[in-house]
Amino acid sequence: MSQADLTMEGPSSGVTLGPAFSIPTKKLAMWLFIIADTMTFAACLVAYGFVRNGGSDWPRPFHSITNVALMTFILLTSSLTMLLGLRSARAGDKAGAFRWTMITAVAGILFALLHVREWLGLIHQGMTLFKNPWGTGLFGASFFSITGLHLTHVTVGVIALIVVGVRYKGGRYNADDIEVLGLYWHFVDLVWMFVVPLVYLLNLAH
Amino acid sequence: MPIAERKSDGFTKDLVVYVCLLALAGLQFVIAYQHIDASQMFLRMLVVAVVEAGLAVMFFMHLWAEKRGFVLFVLIFTIFVLLGMQFGWTDSFRMVTGAPFSK
Repeated sequence: MSQADLTMEGPSSGVTLGPAFSIPTKKLAMWLFIIADTMTFAACLVAYGFVRNGGSDWPRPFHSITNVALMTFILLTSSLTMLLGLRSARAGDKAGAFRWTMITAVAGILFALLHVREWLGLIHQGMTLFKNPWGTGLFGASFFSITGLHLTHVTVGVIALIVVGVRYKGGRYNADDIEVLGLYWHFVDLVWMFVVPLVYLLNLAH
Repeated sequence: MPIAERKSDGFTKDLVVYVCLLALAGLQFVIAYQHIDASQMFLRMLVVAVVEAGLAVMFFMHLWAEKRGFVLFVLIFTIFVLLGMQFGWTDSFRMVTGAPFSK
């Protein structure tokens, strides 16, 4: 049977053309986006590793892990609250799903604020995109690029959480939309698991 | 199994994965304070991060519940491209060792 036959006869032909991998279209699109975004972050981290490995006077400016540990805790916990939101949505508990989604958004805002505070601290110490008082200027460029890209993702995620949460509460979105958004949020969390050791912990001042 | 019981089971699993992720994240911080060679430290942290990512993808993002074909598609495609990005390391080490053609 040719493609034309399939198109002409439609569903009555007995041939069912379902979505790829039997996954809803929105979810598949989000997975494809995540795979593509993984490549973006991986390219940034590999490039960072390249210049760090090749650089002779790579700085180790981080004296405390308190801030980054707190940020990690908040982001991991926000993944759990996102799951709770999805569970509530699947169970038909609209109020619960909205509440957990908003709690996740608040956690994202907290994370972003801590991130900005850290940036301001480093900038105050004289670090910019192209120079810093400790060593090669490439450090500032790579640090701000990678953490900035991640912070952008968190910010976009927070906006999406609020929009999807409100629309879900209003009945325009359903549990599937919460699930798709959850995939994105967990991905942002996943990326942080690589950013922390490579960008922060390997640059701790001992 | 009643819905409430299943929901509770699911939450317990999520909680266990969350605690595991917290513990693994903590382990990375512990490794950071070990007095070991930088390459060893990098390797250990990377292994922990990969385990963390695996847990997050499989259980938080529910990849394990998808069709096998999709799981294979995501894993094979992602791992292939990630491995493909590693070709530049040799040049990075050449810069460190300073030879040949580094000057």
